[in-house]
Amino acid sequence: MSDHSRKVELRQHPGTRRGRARATPKGRQIDPAARDEVRLLLENRPRQRDLLIEYLHLIQDAHGALSAAHLAALAGEMRLSMAEVYEVATFYAHFDVVVDGEGPPPVTIRVCDSLSCELEGAQALLGALAAAADPQRVRVVRAPCMGRCDTAPVAEVGHHHVDHASVETVMAAADAGHVHPEIPDYQDYGAYINDGGYQLLNGCLDGERKLADIIEALDKSGLRGLGGAGFPTGRKWQIVRGYDGPRLMAVNADEGEVGTFKDRHYLERSPHRFLEGVLIGAWAVEAQAVYIYLRDEYPAVREILTKEIAALGEAGLMAHTQVHLRRGAGAYICGEESSMIESIEGKRGLPRHRPPYVAEVGLFGRPTLVQNVETMYWVRDIVEKGAEWFATQGRNGGKGLRSYSVSGRVREPGVKLAPAGISARELIDEFCGGMREGHTFKGYLPGGASGGILPASLADLPLEFGALDKYGCFVGSHAVVILGHQDSMKDAALNLMRFFEDESCGQCTPCRVGTEKAVALMCRPRWDAPLLLEVGRVMADASICGLGQAAANPLNSVLEFFPEEHL
Amino acid sequence: MSASASQVVTFQLDGVEVDARAGETIWQAAKRHATDIPHLCYADEPGYRADGNCRACMVEIEGERVLAASCIRTPTPGMKVTTDNERSRNARAMVMELLVADQPARSTAHDPNSQFWQWADSMALTESRLPARPKSPLPDPSHTAMRVNLDACIHCNLCVRACREVQVNDVIGMAYRGHGAKIVFDFDDPMGASTCVACGECVQACPTGALMEATLVDEEGVGRSIALEEVNSVCPYCGVGCQITYQTNGNEIVAVQGRDGPGNRQRLCVKGRFGFDYVGHPHRLTKPLIRRDDAPKSRDCEVDPANPFTHFREASWEEALDFAAAGFKGIRDSDGSKALAGFGSAKGSNEEAYLVQKLVRTGFGTNNVDHCTRLCHASSVAALLEGIGSGAVTAPFTACEDADVIIITGSNATENHPVAATFFKQAAKTKTLIVMDPRGQQLKRHATHMLQFTPGTDVALLNAMLNVIIEESLYDRQYVEANTEGFENLKHHIKDFTPEAMQDICGVDADTIRTVARKYAGAERAIIFWGMGISQSVHGTDNARCLIALSMITGQVGRPGTGLHPLRGQNNVQGASDAGLIPMMLPDYQAVDEQDIRKRFEDAWGTSLDPVRGLTVVEIMDAVFDGVIKGIYVMGENPAMSDPDVDHARAALAKLEHLVVQDIFLTETAFHADVVLPASAWPEKDGTVTNSNRQIQMGRKALDLPGEARQDWWIIQALAERIGCDWRFETVSDVFAEMKTVMPSLNNITWERLERESAVTYPCDGPDRPGNDIVFGDGFPTPDGRAKLVPASIIPPDEQPDSDYPMVLTTGRQLEHWHTGAMTRRARILDELEPEAVASLSPDDLHALGVTPGDRIRVRTRRGAIELRSRADDGIPEGLIFIPFCYAEAAANVLTNPALDPFGKIPEFKFCAAKVEAA
Repeated sequence: MSDHSRKVELRQHPGTRRGRARATPKGRQIDPAARDEVRLLLENRPRQRDLLIEYLHLIQDAHGALSAAHLAALAGEMRLSMAEVYEVATFYAHFDVVVDGEGPPPVTIRVCDSLSCELEGAQALLGALAAAADPQRVRVVRAPCMGRCDTAPVAEVGHHHVDHASVETVMAAADAGHVHPEIPDYQDYGAYINDGGYQLLNGCLDGERKLADIIEALDKSGLRGLGGAGFPTGRKWQIVRGYDGPRLMAVNADEGEVGTFKDRHYLERSPHRFLEGVLIGAWAVEAQAVYIYLRDEYPAVREILTKEIAALGEAGLMAHTQVHLRRGAGAYICGEESSMIESIEGKRGLPRHRPPYVAEVGLFGRPTLVQNVETMYWVRDIVEKGAEWFATQGRNGGKGLRSYSVSGRVREPGVKLAPAGISARELIDEFCGGMREGHTFKGYLPGGASGGILPASLADLPLEFGALDKYGCFVGSHAVVILGHQDSMKDAALNLMRFFEDESCGQCTPCRVGTEKAVALMCRPRWDAPLLLEVGRVMADASICGLGQAAANPLNSVLEFFPEEHL
Repeated sequence: MSASASQVVTFQLDGVEVDARAGETIWQAAKRHATDIPHLCYADEPGYRADGNCRACMVEIEGERVLAASCIRTPTPGMKVTTDNERSRNARAMVMELLVADQPARSTAHDPNSQFWQWADSMALTESRLPARPKSPLPDPSHTAMRVNLDACIHCNLCVRACREVQVNDVIGMAYRGHGAKIVFDFDDPMGASTCVACGECVQACPTGALMEATLVDEEGVGRSIALEEVNSVCPYCGVGCQITYQTNGNEIVAVQGRDGPGNRQRLCVKGRFGFDYVGHPHRLTKPLIRRDDAPKSRDCEVDPANPFTHFREASWEEALDFAAAGFKGIRDSDGSKALAGFGSAKGSNEEAYLVQKLVRTGFGTNNVDHCTRLCHASSVAALLEGIGSGAVTAPFTACEDADVIIITGSNATENHPVAATFFKQAAKTKTLIVMDPRGQQLKRHATHMLQFTPGTDVALLNAMLNVIIEESLYDRQYVEANTEGFENLKHHIKDFTPEAMQDICGVDADTIRTVARKYAGAERAIIFWGMGISQSVHGTDNARCLIALSMITGQVGRPGTGLHPLRGQNNVQGASDAGLIPMMLPDYQAVDEQDIRKRFEDAWGTSLDPVRGLTVVEIMDAVFDGVIKGIYVMGENPAMSDPDVDHARAALAKLEHLVVQDIFLTETAFHADVVLPASAWPEKDGTVTNSNRQIQMGRKALDLPGEARQDWWIIQALAERIGCDWRFETVSDVFAEMKTVMPSLNNITWERLERESAVTYPCDGPDRPGNDIVFGDGFPTPDGRAKLVPASIIPPDEQPDSDYPMVLTTGRQLEHWHTGAMTRRARILDELEPEAVASLSPDDLHALGVTPGDRIRVRTRRGAIELRSRADDGIPEGLIFIPFCYAEAAANVLTNPALDPFGKIPEFKFCAAKVEAA
């Protein structure tokens, strides 16, 4: 009997006969073309989870956006679930995830709307740019602090920053396709060597320098963590060394605190002074590898560091450790050290619970030395010039030198290297040429968005760690924003609360919901002060990390020091 | 005791000194000391780590600047913790108030009795002073089983942990950021369009009703106010044996929750959670049926289960039982016992299995009794009995948690043993997982090594591994000398099976074979799991022999994290085999052809027994064709769907003089019946079942029987009485009590104990001691206590692809459907998820055939042809077709090859030559 003479019997079955079997297994399937494209981009790079964010950048840089097809293919390549890839891609502001429909237009203009830029007309600029730009070609979006507050207002066309931005200058850049960062003049490897660079590191590596001496110098100098927490640096190195290896080091170059731009200042001028400090730190804690986590808002610095780290490798100065440069993707929270560690591991930047502290259980679960850029910048000078040199520079009880990022209504904003403990009034008068014309000193932010707001009547307090605690304020990263008599403190507090609302990672209720409710309440013409205080209280008491704990500081400051504004 | 006592921490809780056990958090210690702290994102349930995100459990710790989440913080000696001061109370209350602000109104809550509302009530916080968010998330009704209403979501992440960490299905994520953060499925896809496998773990975990069983909310998503009664039982589907709690309303199961059983720790799969409404399907048999005189039998006879009266008439129980019994008696008296046979079921209880085999052996007078174990693991059992003297697993599947290396071969566990697979996937996060299977599958993503070998070449691959281990002296010499026999023979035999010689045969390169062989042999603890990819083959017994040899020569057995575990298919295939539903074995694998044993049973049962081994499932069908067997009693089996070359099987069934089918539905087998007896569904009865782990578990009655349906044990006894047996069982527990008298494996396990403990593992050394999870640490139950190493040669599959039939057809199950589909296709949700017959092929093959995925195709083999829908599946290698055998409209077993493994008598369901064309 031939096969084809046999009729196929269609039998009955007990199902409802409703519906049709899927043509594929459940859910999205990987598109072979997208898989080929992703493989082409990834080449033979390791399919390691911690590189997920790097690969998302790779795809977005090549294709202008992250399409669902590419994300699914990337998940397949990295053997991650689709949800894991999607939640990371959508966490970071700089990734444009396009599940359905078309991607963004070729050019993106980001306008900073954080406080210093807001004071200089960011909203008007945003509106004017939106009206001027052809939406087919250009999209205009708001963005948080870009770390150029002394040149406010600031916009970014692609990766090209426009200082003192106007509609004309920004549109001109966009029209000219000027989307790449401008690399400033900086001291490169050769120049740094000529300046006596890396002698200290070599001294450490060849045993001339003793670790105990280095740590003692740091201790005596009073050098503290200048990312904002102010933890004594020498002590931190010892603590990390106290935990069993293998150990790692992570450098926080995610300078996102509103008003802060000192790290960028140094990285764009003297990257090797910073790198030498880093390599000495890695030597000191015997870190197998160093991860430098650089915010995506600093593309020029990325180019500089990529080039100069390669130069270090060629010079054989990294035999004792490996240095990885990792690229952030637009998330303020990743400046929080445990969030940064999560992000380096390729995940969403959610702060971790403490204890354990990162010194003990940090990157990839290992003991980790986390340091800020400026802190490492000072290591060489302190050891070479002596702890005394540094320690004696303070004022009003402060110890050492600090780089204050000053912006707002002063005549000469910028990074001001000044004695630790200097007061805001001294800073304005001695370092910033006084108040700008037409502005009378009314109040100031002593430490960026989270440090609270103090009135001019309290401008003689030392700008030093711990000195402002009793006023509900702190210096943090030493970002000082000066406000004048025309500026509304209420508006400033709302601007800052909106910033926190946008930048909250969303992990814990007090911060995720608290910032959102606080913004809603603060938008009302009359503030419900008791209720706002209660919301602020739960944020301060019950948030997981410093973001939520400090987010209500400016609000509380306005309620306490500027009652006339909200009553 | 002393070790844990030394880890006890003493701290102050609200001014009182209390102790915390090792690892205990403040919350857990407080609970033990009768201090209830609110909690939302923390689930005090097995498998859920604390995440500390909701901040509803904040407490004050002296000396700390901010409050601490008690769920995630462990106390240190002398720590002073305050839960009841104003600061911590205010913080907890404000957290709740922040969350209440954005909840749907209590009156329209999706789950008004959720954990969330219970805590809100306890804090008198049902209203919020804070403004609600301007835009609430929209409902997602895309999934047939579950409702997603994220307006009630509090971002506690429990569903993410449920999906990612507990079930490791990895569908749910928390995407976006800040107050825009959102629970998503895959790429923020509708749940119903996502990769969701509908295990429902997220629904069970959700504390707010944002994720709900669809049955528990109305069209608007508002919680239905119905009273739920709860009955604890065990799932009737696969061999994992998940413990469940039925939630019933009236005589209907409305929802099912996972219970903390040893095999599932509260986890379930889509069938166990959503697959119970078959019980109330209109097709349920509620009256005995007798075949009409004008309804002839034929191979292709089909009856509409909704209207069986074309072929059957209703009868009273008296008439039906008399008729059924008379038919068997008549054949027995005229043709002798050998003309009769009986099939029991691995879907029934242990007690029912025991009664069926006793009925056939003592009533029919023959050993022609078998069940579907023949079709799933008969070859594994044959090899295990031969090699180590016991057909059961040596360790539970949860032993993978203690292993360093895990081999899974011939098993698509995420589809077939979904809850066991959760343990494998969890283990794979930290251990080496080696998956060996011709089909790519979900475990591939979790595997350290995926060996996608050529179908039918198991022995080549496994022998090559044995070769590496022996030639490189990686075996455990001491263990081999002390505990095995036949090593030299194996060593000699294996010499030529080098990885280099085998790589072209099995399609796995020699380096990979060497790597995995070394990892397995070198591991401190390694365990092997296998499924029917190993067993359902003409060389199934040889496949299993190789796995046994791997384990024995490396000493990877008898210790925690080691062993051999064939993943049993049906919920009670282990128990039904234990109870004696096997033609060559009396209960507890006692050989029928051994006189001493038989004598013991003859004394116990008060009757003489047939000394000759009976026929197996496929042999019985052949014997029907040969005119030897004329009457068959089928209790709960469906050979008209499950046998290979099923047209042949149906022709045999049609040829029978007398066929009695006892079932809950008019199955394809019942189409050919003379008498159909309406039986009890699992949720309607009490009884024990034994899972893959040798855990005997108690099933409990939750529903009343429909119409005139009767308990199966009652029906079997009523038949037995009518053919001359004198049975006096009054309850199911009476049956269990009798089983204990002939089954030493039940020592120390009583009905009362099972009622109390719900699960007891056998063997068990004492009435108050837990059973032995891991066995054979001190030798094997063989005559000399040694394991026998049996070499295997390469036997090709019975039917090789050729120019007429160029492809390879393999069959199996799929997640949503069970066995022949009699139950699951009548479960609304399962039917909606997989509504029709479908064949999976590689996208490239479909393309080459000019078939668009989803179009219908015709699949032909030398036995027949079926038409069904096509599915493009990346995991299927080119040249392979996979068809699940649950679809009656296109029964895969029309196509399969009935060639048998010579030892296990198991058919080659996993390999035959086929041809595919567009339909």
